[in-house]
Amino acid sequence: MAENKGIMILAEFLDGKLAPISKEILGAGSKLSKDLSEPLVAVLIGEGVNGIAPEAIAQGADVVYVVEDALLKDYRTDAYVVAVEKVAAQVNPRIILAGQTTMGRDLAPRLAFHLNSAVTMDCIDLAIEAGTKKLLMTKPVYGGNARAIFTSDVLPNVVTVRVKAMTALAPDGSRKGQVVTLAAGLDAAAIRTNVLQKVVQEVQGIKLEDASVVVSGGRGIGGPEGFKQIESLAKLLKGAMGASRPPCDSGWVPETKQVGLTGKIVSPDVYIAVAISGSSQHLAGCSGSKNIIAINRDAEANIFKEARFGVVGDWKKVVPALEAKLHELLGR
Amino acid sequence: MNIIVCVKQVPDPEAPPASFKIDSVTNKVIPPPGVPPVISPFDEQAVEAALRIKDAKGGKITVISLGVNLLRDVVKKPLSMGADELILLEDPAYVEGDSWTTAYALAMAIKKVGQFDLIICGRQAADTDAGQVGSALAEILGIPSITVAKKIEVNDSKIKVEKVTADGFDVIETAMPALVTVSNELGEPRYATIKGIMAAKRKEPIIWKPADIGADTAKLGATGKRMSMLKLFQPVKEAKCEMVTGENEEDAAANLAKKLVEAKLLS
Repeated sequence: MAENKGIMILAEFLDGKLAPISKEILGAGSKLSKDLSEPLVAVLIGEGVNGIAPEAIAQGADVVYVVEDALLKDYRTDAYVVAVEKVAAQVNPRIILAGQTTMGRDLAPRLAFHLNSAVTMDCIDLAIEAGTKKLLMTKPVYGGNARAIFTSDVLPNVVTVRVKAMTALAPDGSRKGQVVTLAAGLDAAAIRTNVLQKVVQEVQGIKLEDASVVVSGGRGIGGPEGFKQIESLAKLLKGAMGASRPPCDSGWVPETKQVGLTGKIVSPDVYIAVAISGSSQHLAGCSGSKNIIAINRDAEANIFKEARFGVVGDWKKVVPALEAKLHELLGR
Repeated sequence: MNIIVCVKQVPDPEAPPASFKIDSVTNKVIPPPGVPPVISPFDEQAVEAALRIKDAKGGKITVISLGVNLLRDVVKKPLSMGADELILLEDPAYVEGDSWTTAYALAMAIKKVGQFDLIICGRQAADTDAGQVGSALAEILGIPSITVAKKIEVNDSKIKVEKVTADGFDVIETAMPALVTVSNELGEPRYATIKGIMAAKRKEPIIWKPADIGADTAKLGATGKRMSMLKLFQPVKEAKCEMVTGENEEDAAANLAKKLVEAKLLS
């Protein structure tokens, strides 16, 4: 078999465009492509996704493979494994990148083992080892307490990349690329799962993962009432409200608000942690934030070790005063 | 209804972060003194998911765990919660591998168990956070997989699963045999009952060595692995926290507001 060459990224879409994570992995893939002097291939799978090919090229792809089929409308494991396998058979890539998303975390491992290869999930850094051309994959382990660097002894090297861990290129509309259309050739009977219903639960306000400011409350908030104040501060800062695990477990706030290893992973510019002690499981979800601000009664709380600014005090006094002063200073 | 649940013994993820230490020579975690290991939390939820099905439909739950130095009090917990059988793949040949070698050994063990309708795993282990053994297992066994579930409903020969998505959940159906990985959204696992603990005490786990499951030792542990870990390290924290103070808590809060605006963090 020919040598594995090139980087293949598995794109996802949002409102008829590339999803932010897909631009990020194109950015990451483009750097690897330069380091290896091998092409960057974007794979667009779905129904009516052909029109997104120019955007993928503008974001760094040299070649775009489009696989369209009515059976690919909703993500389904078996169908997408077959579709990616089709493209991989043509491209024979060295590396396959996907996002650590609902799709990526399901598709990547199944695909990797289907291709008789291996996968590393949720990577936050990727680099090529000079000489060996091996991909060095860095990922958080032990709930964010540690990081590990892995290499794969088998190819293609399948990887998922954490959201917001990589930087997208500025789109360049003058870039040229090739678009190849492949038939999926799917056998409906071989797709063993059916999506009966898609339920959207979270619609109001700014999404936690997209917010540039997140204000989160912890166990110390004490009940659902207190979260109104956390939400009020988040609103003033045009951000989103989050929570650590205990308030979600206690039903004070919906499960969808949970930040942490067992919830959402966020990396806003500013993360304000109110009455959160800073357990590893929570830090796993917010340690990628550019600035953590901690408000806690306990001066020894672990969260202060992660914070840039901290106030030791009762949140019931600190948060309203902080909100009032910010209201004044920001003129809103 | 035969359900198989795969569980892993891990260092307690709720141990204080300050007690987390790595031996940089061996690239291994030094177990914190006095903190016993636990069943990985998502795996405990996998046991809970199986028990809910058993409560509703009856059936038998077989738990499989792979590792060395498996503490009986720890790995027997699923039995004390209500599982029926415990199989341990406990042998040095099984460890020092990767997700692939683990999935291969589990698959061989499951083939030896024979009859199964449903396999349930946690969505990822709390130590490696690898998040792939379930999918690998399904691929090796050639059965459909549904990952990151918060609810599993069994109807005759089919399962209906609520799969957690970024903005809600999907309801997905498949025919059994199938594999499902579960997430914390499933809800808290039940406590062990006194009766369960007594029953678990009396029950001895079945131990299977590689030869017992017909495993090709070249595919196990360090010889079979496809991934290599070059380094395990703790990220250096560059942030040094500036404690903002004031005459009282309100004043400190106002000073914090000023700092945040001055540093152009908020605008």
